[in-house]
Amino acid sequence: MGKVTFIEHNGTAHEVELEYGQPLMQIAVDNMVPGIDADCGGECACGTCHVIVADEWIGKTGQAGDDEKQMLDMTPEKAPSSRLACQIVASEELDGLVVRLPEFQM
Amino acid sequence: MSIQAKAMQVAAKVVPADVQIKGLRVLHNTKRKLGLTKTPPVFVESLVPDVSTLALEDIDVSNPFLVRQGQSEAYFKRLRQECPVHYAKDTPFGPFWSITRHEDIKFVDKHHELFSAEPLILMGDIQGVQPELFIAMDPPKHDEQRMAVQGVVAPKNLLELEGLIRERVAEVLDNLPLDTPFDWVSKVSIELTTRMLATLFDYPYERRADLVRWSDIIAASPEATGGPSNDDNFFQAAADMVKAFSTLWWEKKARLDAGAEPSFDLISLLLSNKDTKDMVKNPMEFFGNLGLLIIGGNDTTRNSMSGGVYALHKFPEQFAKLKANHSLIPNMVSEIIRWQTPLAYMRRIAKTDVELNGQTIRKGDKVIMWYSSGNRDEDVFEDAHKLIIDRKNARNHIAFGFGVHRCMGNRLAEMQLRILWEEILQRFDNIEVVEEPEIVQSNWVRGYSRMMVKLTPLS
Repeated sequence: MGKVTFIEHNGTAHEVELEYGQPLMQIAVDNMVPGIDADCGGECACGTCHVIVADEWIGKTGQAGDDEKQMLDMTPEKAPSSRLACQIVASEELDGLVVRLPEFQM
Repeated sequence: MSIQAKAMQVAAKVVPADVQIKGLRVLHNTKRKLGLTKTPPVFVESLVPDVSTLALEDIDVSNPFLVRQGQSEAYFKRLRQECPVHYAKDTPFGPFWSITRHEDIKFVDKHHELFSAEPLILMGDIQGVQPELFIAMDPPKHDEQRMAVQGVVAPKNLLELEGLIRERVAEVLDNLPLDTPFDWVSKVSIELTTRMLATLFDYPYERRADLVRWSDIIAASPEATGGPSNDDNFFQAAADMVKAFSTLWWEKKARLDAGAEPSFDLISLLLSNKDTKDMVKNPMEFFGNLGLLIIGGNDTTRNSMSGGVYALHKFPEQFAKLKANHSLIPNMVSEIIRWQTPLAYMRRIAKTDVELNGQTIRKGDKVIMWYSSGNRDEDVFEDAHKLIIDRKNARNHIAFGFGVHRCMGNRLAEMQLRILWEEILQRFDNIEVVEEPEIVQSNWVRGYSRMMVKLTPLS
């Protein structure tokens, strides 16, 4: 089991265990990381688990897929490394991952 | 674009949009007299049959009196249990599929490549007009038009609106009678949503009642939702609305052209965006999108404002829980929206044959996603008919829809409801509903036209 750090918009960092095989969204919700709403329950259909992946990690998490991009396009805080946390599955490769949260979920 | 829309776009260069809509009405009336179009349905209320007496194939959930007669829960429960993807062959709105389970609704809503939102998202089409609105457009045009306006309700802008909303809520609540019953719908729910709409549109404040009147008439088209409007008042409302907004549009444009800073309102945003700056020249798109934004901000929050009061009256132990712990308000807001589900459904048309939950939906079939039923799905929400203000998964409700058409004003709606309840709890110990509320006639709007209440101030 590795580690992942969620950094809130105000700078507060939450380092939690990275449970392999779980979507990042679920890990955030299970650890009560504030700022992840996940209204649709992980179906890439609401855009409320938006995270901005630290630049050095985007090679490992990969870029957003087409469905995901379509949802992310609707948020004004979209950045080049924006992802929906429900679409990133934790793996050993992502041990040490750092993601920032937007100011608002849409 | 339809032939009608194209013709109107050309005509718009010389004839004002509202005059064109009046022209459509004349044409439409003539066609009707000649027997070229169907006579619109008139719905007369009669007793809705007990669903347990009906064969599955005879169940018709398009009946606009289902909610008013308290039958909606039983009808949809039976469909969810026995036939979650249900085909009704013969209804006043033609044949359609009903999608009733949470999971299946999410599937349809998400897959816009399989299910088109065009040409309209209501149960029936409106003869004589073909409004064009982005909620009823598929990507990519949908994305362009939505992006032009969504900034006005983006969370960042909402922070600036919060103080204004709170001021108005306080003003409305402070002027309510304490000694005598009154109608919560007109005095609070309508008053607050109308003020909000006038602000978002920068519409003349003293004429703000117009917005609600048009919205109510347009949403109550009998052909579209089984409501009590008729052709005459529908076309009149459409023409009046387009006229008022065209005037506002040209005024704002003149100011912008003269070098004024754009103000932050819906019309100015449309005017400042390259994809929408000429919308006024396409009357059907102008009418459709403004109608959408008005109805979107009117019927929805208004009925959740009334629905919350009604639900807490029906479940008084929840009101007690709330008074003991005000920090439950944000979760309660989601739960109220789930419980009320102010808009019952959105419609789609299958773009291809699709297998769903054991049924084959054919290309071209009409598909209704019943959000009101998905929000009562016992597989997702335990004791779904109850309002439980600390329900763990209240946010998973489906009332905002999912996918690219997900409600754009969701955060504004949540904020308005949160502030309303924060301010209510500062003032009142109880809101007693003194007689059963009046429910509107519609298969789409799940709303209240009158709800008499009596307040108990905090001692």
